[in-house]
Amino acid sequence: MTAVETEAGTLQKGAAMGQSVPRKEDNRLVQGQGVFVDDVKRHGMGYLHFVRSPYAHAKIGSIDVSSALELPGVYGTLTGDEVAILTDPFFQIAAPPGGHVKDYALAVGKVRYLGEPVVAVVAETRELARDAAELVWVDYEPLAVVVDARRAGDDDAPVLHEEAGGNMSYTGVWEWGDVDAAFAEADHVVTIKELHFDRFNSTPLETDGALVEYNRGTGQWTITTNNQFPGFAAIMMGPAMRVGLDKLRIVTQDIGGGFGNKITSHPQLVTCCLLARKLNRPIQWTEWRTEFHQSMSHGNERWFHDTEVAVKADGTLLGFRSKAIDDAGAYLRYEPLGGVIWAQVAPGMYGWRNLRLEFTQMMTNKAPVSPNRGYSRMQHLWFTERIIDIVAQELGFDPVEIRKKNYVQPEQMPYETPNGCVYDSGDYPRSLDLVLELIGYDRIEERRHDAAARGKLLGFGIGSTLDSGTNNFGQSQLLNPELQFSGNNEVATVKLDIFGEVVVTLGTTPQGQGHETTASQVVADILGCSVDQVHVRAGHDSYWNSNAGFSGTYASQFAVTGLGAAKGAADLLAAEMKLLASMVFQCSPDDIELAEGFARIKGNPEAALPFMALGAIVNANNAGFPVDPPTLNCRYVYRPPFDVPDKERKFGKLTLTYAMQIHGCVLEIDPETGVYEIVDYAAVDDCGVRINPQIVEGQVMGATAHAIGAAIWETFSYDEEGNLLTPNFYDYHVPHALDMPPLKTAAIESPSPFTPLGTKGMGEGGGGGIHCICAAIQDALRAAGKPIVSDSHNPYHRVWELLQHPERSRENVEVRST
Amino acid sequence: MSTTPTTSRTVSIDVNGTTYERDLPASRLLVHFLRDDLDLTGTHVGCDTGSCGACTVHLDGLAVKSCSVLAVQADGASVRTVEGLAGDSGELTALQQSFKDHHGLQCGYCTPGMLMSATALLERNPHPTEHEVKVALQGNLCRCTGYWNIVEAVVAAGKGGGS
Repeated sequence: MTAVETEAGTLQKGAAMGQSVPRKEDNRLVQGQGVFVDDVKRHGMGYLHFVRSPYAHAKIGSIDVSSALELPGVYGTLTGDEVAILTDPFFQIAAPPGGHVKDYALAVGKVRYLGEPVVAVVAETRELARDAAELVWVDYEPLAVVVDARRAGDDDAPVLHEEAGGNMSYTGVWEWGDVDAAFAEADHVVTIKELHFDRFNSTPLETDGALVEYNRGTGQWTITTNNQFPGFAAIMMGPAMRVGLDKLRIVTQDIGGGFGNKITSHPQLVTCCLLARKLNRPIQWTEWRTEFHQSMSHGNERWFHDTEVAVKADGTLLGFRSKAIDDAGAYLRYEPLGGVIWAQVAPGMYGWRNLRLEFTQMMTNKAPVSPNRGYSRMQHLWFTERIIDIVAQELGFDPVEIRKKNYVQPEQMPYETPNGCVYDSGDYPRSLDLVLELIGYDRIEERRHDAAARGKLLGFGIGSTLDSGTNNFGQSQLLNPELQFSGNNEVATVKLDIFGEVVVTLGTTPQGQGHETTASQVVADILGCSVDQVHVRAGHDSYWNSNAGFSGTYASQFAVTGLGAAKGAADLLAAEMKLLASMVFQCSPDDIELAEGFARIKGNPEAALPFMALGAIVNANNAGFPVDPPTLNCRYVYRPPFDVPDKERKFGKLTLTYAMQIHGCVLEIDPETGVYEIVDYAAVDDCGVRINPQIVEGQVMGATAHAIGAAIWETFSYDEEGNLLTPNFYDYHVPHALDMPPLKTAAIESPSPFTPLGTKGMGEGGGGGIHCICAAIQDALRAAGKPIVSDSHNPYHRVWELLQHPERSRENVEVRST
Repeated sequence: MSTTPTTSRTVSIDVNGTTYERDLPASRLLVHFLRDDLDLTGTHVGCDTGSCGACTVHLDGLAVKSCSVLAVQADGASVRTVEGLAGDSGELTALQQSFKDHHGLQCGYCTPGMLMSATALLERNPHPTEHEVKVALQGNLCRCTGYWNIVEAVVAAGKGGGS
């Protein structure tokens, strides 16, 4: 691996900030001393196993749990009928028609996807719970199935949710600029009949789980879990369970990967809560791998139909119009938010001003979708990148030059997009140049020639993406004007304890992003102490005073919201420590500095109080102190500056920051088989100020690996009956070490002018690898009949089909020139 | 010979230098014996199909996936888990230190299995090449790192003289 450092010289960095400080989490994790949810045990706990639907769509007749209950060691069961009595349906984000959907913790009356939980069984051991679940008899009446979102709106399509009056959850027209005028002005109009973004997810190695305890005396549940968005889980669970949120204590520690996939476990958590109360014992639930694949958090599958692109003779892109069909699966667990999230990056990285997308979301008999790394923006960015490469090929433009010409330029920053989002900073052309340098682009034709001599087709492709971070939840009102969510927030507390310990709590739920380390770096620099002196409590606890409505770790925001909160709280504590020292020394707080673990008088290092003395004065030795000392226990809520977007125009700031990634790859295709190999790969990332460059690079690598997996191997594939064909790691091929190409990385830093530390949220990566692999395949196949790559997922057999029948794929594209 | 099938058995298994005698159901997997009965929770479960390697331990010196071994099959054997890598006073092995130095872990869920597979490699091949490391780790999945830093960490540990 090669790394090129090209930092801007204007960054404000401290002793710790900006350094690749070793991660504080690692010591426990390399010794197997992390605490993941399945590691937690309680006396007398019962193991929960779900009875799941073997059908994708069926009416539930009678359910008989008696044989299961007769087994010694089985503690009890829960059925959908009980759930329907004990809870209300989950709150729906959607306006009608999607808003009419009734969703419960267990299937009520009907199942709508294969693997849907129908009954829960609790027993003394994991094995017994699983065996007992086999004895539950459920009488099903199978119904017709719809798995293709394009067919879900047909008159004869089976309807999943009768109360919604059909399978559509949301539809809306999103249009900005003057689209008709752009097409009138265009010299070329390129049309693309259909593009398809495939269904997959990032399959964290640890599945979902929880250990739920019910305190009968106080009516409170303690939910130890790996849910990554406790704020969202709580607002879904509380109203459904008819309790206030103070009754739900949500606790996490180490989480074995999340990638968005662990946001929507609230139905299973409610099941655990109901059983903990019913059976009066702690309930342990850990999902099995196949259960995760069948039922949790698939990424949004999306089609783009009848796309038209307006292009000037010189290659200037004027705009596009298209119709998106999004597949939500069987329930709207976080949806239809995907119907607006894409608009954070509506124009991609390009300067076109005239955009129109009709967005329609359909429900199908497949697992419910929920956020997956790059949520909804990845699909849209793939669409814009496919447009660029198809237009370039069909009109004869160079893919590098057409990008550089149409990228938003550095002198335009901050740049307001046609829909009112503001790209905060960045230098896209320079980043692309860095990719070209790392790849050795000046030799690409020579390499193409060499490969041809070996019988291989060589191609080069680019994926340029934005990782929009720090959501304005007000964008939800563009889908449903009745919603009362807007803005964003995150909380941190920083205190100085009795013996001078600096103790930090965060509202976030890290899953490997190193929050304990980076928060320590920020706090240490502000308080003038070492990173080792800062103790960040591991994980999340909603009973700590660092819990807010949007607490969690999702949507590329920790470096802004989480560290913004940590900085705010540390600034408050620093001021209090200086005030206290000034009281002791009888001087002005302005005369005090915090350095090397002391509060001392500037220019007189002899007059210094160690942190321990300050902590002791307040906490343990305060008699006779002339005035009330400060508490040295500070809480700060970071709130990004947002307004509610304009609902009429669908216009406004949807996110605060725009980290940027440009990926480039070179691959070689065997024309006999369609098998291809990536032989060179480069990723350039710009996420503003990097608090810990090594952690940032780790995120870049992880997002790259996910994208490569999705481009080549990973797919949630269904048959016509709604059976998932890839329900485990045999059929769903996750790349392993030998699958990874050589990787070169580089970073530039364009600080965000809008955030407390100049940082930008990052980590999702925007799917750059998917886009550059598609582009490289299309480039390589130019010599084999110029087929068009119109799918995000290109296993070898699909490339072979393109090689065999390039003309079929070319029917997808048409050029009209004036 | 008994006519009724055995559903449980008393086993004696050495784990990280301590011998445990337990009555176990015949169906108990070695990984659940380690995690649930001995509370050695460093060994993880990621897939249930022997695909991911998060449950890798050493059984009589060989790296095995403990989700694919019945606990009764380990009767009389010696098992080493991730908890048995560091020294008594907590000093890390060269490999563990190398994972830290090279950012070879993020969430840490696959890490114990990676460490056990790589330790077995370094014990039989103290100075592996990059390709040899990749081959040795192809049974261990990681979803956070993309493997580049893991491979680098193992190669570097080998250059430092093995673990």
